[in-house]
Amino acid sequence: MLQTAQRTAKSKTKKNAPPHERFLEAFRWMLLARTLEEKLVSLYRGGLITGGVYIGKGQEAVSVACGLFLQKGDIFAPLIRDQAGRSAFGEPLLDVTRTYLGSRQGPMRGRDGNIHRGHPRKNELAMISHLGAMVSVTVGALIAKRFKGEKNFIGLACIGEGGMQTGSFHEGMNIAAVEQVPLVVVATNNHYAYSTPNDREFACQDLVDRAIGYGFEGYSLDGTDLSACLDVIGGAVKRARAGRPPQLVVASVLRLSGHGEHDDASYVTEEIKREPFARDCLKVAEQMIVDLNLADAETLADWRKDAAAQVDEAISTAQKEVPPEGDREDWCAIATRALVDSI
Amino acid sequence: MSITYLGAIREAQAKLLRDDERVFIYGQDVGGTFGGAFKATKGLAKEFPGRVLNTPISEDAMVGTAIGAAINGMRPIVEMQFADFSSTALNQILNNAGTHYWRTNVPVPITVRLPSGGTKGSGPFHSQSMESIYAHYPGLIVMTPATVEDAYTMLIEAVAIDDPVIYCEHKYLYYHLKAEKLPTEGLPTGKARIARKGRDLTIVTYSAMLHEALAVAEQLASEGFEIEVVDLRSVKPLDTSTVLASVARTSRLLCVGESFPWGGAAAEVVARVAVEGFHLLDAAPQRLNAKDTPIPYHPNLWSAHRPNAKEIARKARALLRE
Repeated sequence: MLQTAQRTAKSKTKKNAPPHERFLEAFRWMLLARTLEEKLVSLYRGGLITGGVYIGKGQEAVSVACGLFLQKGDIFAPLIRDQAGRSAFGEPLLDVTRTYLGSRQGPMRGRDGNIHRGHPRKNELAMISHLGAMVSVTVGALIAKRFKGEKNFIGLACIGEGGMQTGSFHEGMNIAAVEQVPLVVVATNNHYAYSTPNDREFACQDLVDRAIGYGFEGYSLDGTDLSACLDVIGGAVKRARAGRPPQLVVASVLRLSGHGEHDDASYVTEEIKREPFARDCLKVAEQMIVDLNLADAETLADWRKDAAAQVDEAISTAQKEVPPEGDREDWCAIATRALVDSI
Repeated sequence: MSITYLGAIREAQAKLLRDDERVFIYGQDVGGTFGGAFKATKGLAKEFPGRVLNTPISEDAMVGTAIGAAINGMRPIVEMQFADFSSTALNQILNNAGTHYWRTNVPVPITVRLPSGGTKGSGPFHSQSMESIYAHYPGLIVMTPATVEDAYTMLIEAVAIDDPVIYCEHKYLYYHLKAEKLPTEGLPTGKARIARKGRDLTIVTYSAMLHEALAVAEQLASEGFEIEVVDLRSVKPLDTSTVLASVARTSRLLCVGESFPWGGAAAEVVARVAVEGFHLLDAAPQRLNAKDTPIPYHPNLWSAHRPNAKEIARKARALLRE
């Protein structure tokens, strides 16, 4: 079956256009993610987080739309800049703070850190750093559900334009289409792979053109426009659930941070910062709320206060917890204890 | 009735598909009427519709898909067409499957079958023994069956194990080995087997090299030496106790493996015996591997590249003289 790449017209925030019905709910997840990540950055700068902090500033609108439409039984494979999506999917804030702060009570128990976390039993896959690898893992999860006779499930895997250039991503996309699994892949082009700009990442005119080559249906998206993110990604989720071929959404944004907080992003040009895709999606969404009078200033202030309180509580809880200790660790990498090598 | 090593692998998969609805087979050319490059899945696609699935030439995605299915309740068996090609799936095997239980507490019960080792004329890219690479990384079980019986029972056990298992089946043994019938049970994984008893020298080996070692033991018996041959069966876990107990009887150790010499299973055995059983030894422990070059195509070069009975016997005699 030959699939055709389809493209929505480049979405624009239209003043006074009614936003998506879940706009405010999505905005609050974005606000929570931004608040949390700003706090994590200050903890990192204060030397209280070891390793690194990787934030999704500028990508919250795309990310929240990835998590928001998933239902119980769906599979989510978030990536490095998906705090908003993870929260909307149901990841507790404590998972984040415990992982960043290395609590033994966190899902990774100090064995892995920062954004390398997940709850596979709760359908939130735990990414590895090697980009593209989680696409085929998501495909496998969907195949298992098909084998088991489950219905009405989909999977959603996140990637960036950097990860799209790996062989693993290519194999994952191809096998998804061969297996005809209900998969949505959301690719966020934030214009830099670490420090490398698009012109040294790929040479095709538009990444969404790859959809047709894989047997996916493809859609482009202004990732700074929350309403468009909800419409386009929500639509892709709906189509995947309805049995359409796998869906590729390519969103355009600018990464409004360094690769990690160790990186001052001095290589980001002034010129690119003036591009329309360089807008801050959170500010754009808030402006829309004001323009359309969707919430008053007092309500917005309450939401900020509530987000800050949730974040403070999650951080303070994790900070009080016991860190892992080498002599209390069981140092066993396999589940079958009888087969542990005696070295 | 007699059954080959390859037949045992096919029969084990048929039994697994029959007995356990969580099992499916995923690999290049395994399905349809073809049944795999070596016919290890011949007829299974017909007998078990929808459960023996051809894949694109995408080793990374084959393993990634198996990982996703495994953490969602399935027991996939991935067939690599040749062990050599599993190098393009190293990331999924080592970094995803191998770390998953440690990181998330959720095990990944996949079995990856690797048609391993040399046959003449196969050259650098269809002859490799990869067990040492996989054993080096945490989180994986590495099986290296050397007999028809082990090929059968260990594959069944591999699928039952909750952790990722790298099952190294030796291509040279596919048709060379035959058994009268298949066993109903075998030694547990992680337990080495004394393949031949002796008192003068211990040869520790696994997979196809077991048969070279047994031939040498037979030959040296006519010269008055009693060689004990230990078949490791799995290189990870490695049954150090059985090896040390054997060295305690013989006081001499030669370890033989078909993989490349730098590091690896043979080096690991020598290291463990040196560390834990130094006092048992009357001579420095020795090892013998393939040469440190890519595996050659021409049969004359190939047979000189891998350890063979002649070379093992030479090394054994030198060790016995010490």
